[in-house]
Amino acid sequence: MRQGEISLAGLLALFSLYLMWKSAELPIGYISGKGPGGGFWPFWLSLGMLLSCLAIAWNWWRGKSPASVSDEPLMDAFGWRTVISVGGGIVAFVALISAVSMYGAVAFFLIYYLHFLGRHSWLLTLSLALVLPIGLFLFFEGAMQISMPQGLPFTQPFFDVMYDIIY
Amino acid sequence: MEVFSFLVSGIFTALEPINIGLILIGVTVGLFIGAMPGLGSVNGVAILLPVTFLVPPASAIIFLAAIYYGAMYGGAISSVTLGIPGASTAVATTFDGRPLALQGRASLALVTAALASFVGGTVATVFFTLFAPLLATVALNFGPPEIFALMLLAFATFVGLGGDDIPKTIFSICFGLVLATVGFDTISGEPRLVLFDIQGFLRGIGFIVLAIGVYGIGEMLWTIEQTRGEITTTNPKMTAKGLVSDTKEAVRRGWKGTWIGSLLGFFVGVLPAAGATPGSLMSYGVAKMVSKTPHEYGNGSPDGVAAPEAANNSASTGAMLPMLTLGIPGSPTTAILLGGMVIWGLTPGPRLFVDQSEFVWGLIGSFYISNLAAVLINLAFIPLFVWMLRMPFTILAPLIFMLSIVGGFAASRSMHDLWLIVIFGIGAFFLRKFDYPLAPAVLAIVLGPIAEPTMRQSLLLSSGDPMIFFTRPVAGPITVIAIFLILLPAFKILRRKREAAAN
Repeated sequence: MRQGEISLAGLLALFSLYLMWKSAELPIGYISGKGPGGGFWPFWLSLGMLLSCLAIAWNWWRGKSPASVSDEPLMDAFGWRTVISVGGGIVAFVALISAVSMYGAVAFFLIYYLHFLGRHSWLLTLSLALVLPIGLFLFFEGAMQISMPQGLPFTQPFFDVMYDIIY
Repeated sequence: MEVFSFLVSGIFTALEPINIGLILIGVTVGLFIGAMPGLGSVNGVAILLPVTFLVPPASAIIFLAAIYYGAMYGGAISSVTLGIPGASTAVATTFDGRPLALQGRASLALVTAALASFVGGTVATVFFTLFAPLLATVALNFGPPEIFALMLLAFATFVGLGGDDIPKTIFSICFGLVLATVGFDTISGEPRLVLFDIQGFLRGIGFIVLAIGVYGIGEMLWTIEQTRGEITTTNPKMTAKGLVSDTKEAVRRGWKGTWIGSLLGFFVGVLPAAGATPGSLMSYGVAKMVSKTPHEYGNGSPDGVAAPEAANNSASTGAMLPMLTLGIPGSPTTAILLGGMVIWGLTPGPRLFVDQSEFVWGLIGSFYISNLAAVLINLAFIPLFVWMLRMPFTILAPLIFMLSIVGGFAASRSMHDLWLIVIFGIGAFFLRKFDYPLAPAVLAIVLGPIAEPTMRQSLLLSSGDPMIFFTRPVAGPITVIAIFLILLPAFKILRRKREAAAN
């Protein structure tokens, strides 16, 4: 945890510097008679972020924060495995949307999570993976008139059938 | 007496069969739309606006107002049950609603939210009935300096919200405010902070993207990692007897927050450009500040649920006031209602109360009826929402992730924003591991888009002289109070140090 605390503060300080540099593309000063320029607000706030990171580092040096005096690892092997399997599932979910449509991605994500992570039966898993995307389709496309991504052309027959049902 | 007779006739108009039917449908639809993360009253009102052309104007606006009310009630449901504030107005509800749900007291949180919303909505409607024209004039005197001072006050009431680590809290606030500036500079119209030159950032970063990332993904990952995937909620039971005892407890432990939220929410809601979000945040902050047990806030205080919920309903009614009397919409939803009124051939403004009194009083009457319908329908559905929490966590968790992603897309219609939600979620998980408070960042991204433009507009008005915030009769006192509240923790630390040195 101790090493993680200072590494994270360092990363955030670098990000703050990047934001300051990026803010400076617009005037960051006080324009006489007009008030602050377009970059003023984000620049000085980013400086605030940078100063906060320095204060966090100072507290780390003095051992004032709980993480700075902790010898515990950030996460144990089980923790890393859990976070990677769940976080990875969410990343894959979003990545799949462009290929298999939002509803297809929902179905795949539910199968992955419910059966492989949650150890639920195939019956429950497949029931939910079928019913929920259809329910979402009826709610969003039918009731709310909100179109979700439809993925690659091979998903079109599914949408044709569903649109025939709701229109 | 004249007001009373107008009101009675308005209530009778609202009770006509067609109107009461529309109220019941509108409130129910609004409740479910509001309960969906990413969707709020604005979606419901916008989508159902064309439906209203089938009925007379008075019935049409009554229907839309009922959806608006229902959605404001519904916002609390996703905050409590899923831990995701579905709309910015329900951010503060998450702070105590979610801890209550995790303690197996979701029904108490939901009952408190429903009752507080009812009181907030009713108090606001009474104010609306009695003082509409007067308050509209007061609201008109609120210019950019006054609104900025109010935003400063909203931040000041939240100084105590962060954790004990002050640098991390300040980092979080600044981070949220910087994120709110991404996109375009509203004054000059130039692109600003287009990060890594990715064009998607030109759209800016919406509140909902950060909120869903932090609460829907980051917080869930943290919970799964901490509890190792075991069920985190104690098994909530919902019985008729339990509902009665929850109602009693909600009244006993939530009345103070309810009144603070009802009064403060209305007055903030009336102000153009302020609206229900700052109203609910300020009410939470003030309720915590005046509480004898501030340490309970953030750990499941019914007052902490009641204050923002009363305020957001009260403010929603308040926001109707400048819309009807001055033609100035205070929120995106009231802007759509205003558009509807224009299409129906009604002209909002001071003459509306004279020229279309039947319409106006029918609408005001419907506020009372909608409020009553909303609280009853909401209470009736609480067992369903609590039942959701009884699902095994390995079913509930993927449903929350699914709703976060689908709701996130519905709110922004952009894959860029979906990736941002994932990045914010994973980032929030690691920040949470190192005790960075994230609520201040979410609040800052909500208030930032109001605070920065009003500050700069004020300085343009004063030719760059910052004294404008101190010399105006309304802005001055608010600014001074805000600065005092911001500095209060520093004074307390100094006093403590001096006392320690003296001892």
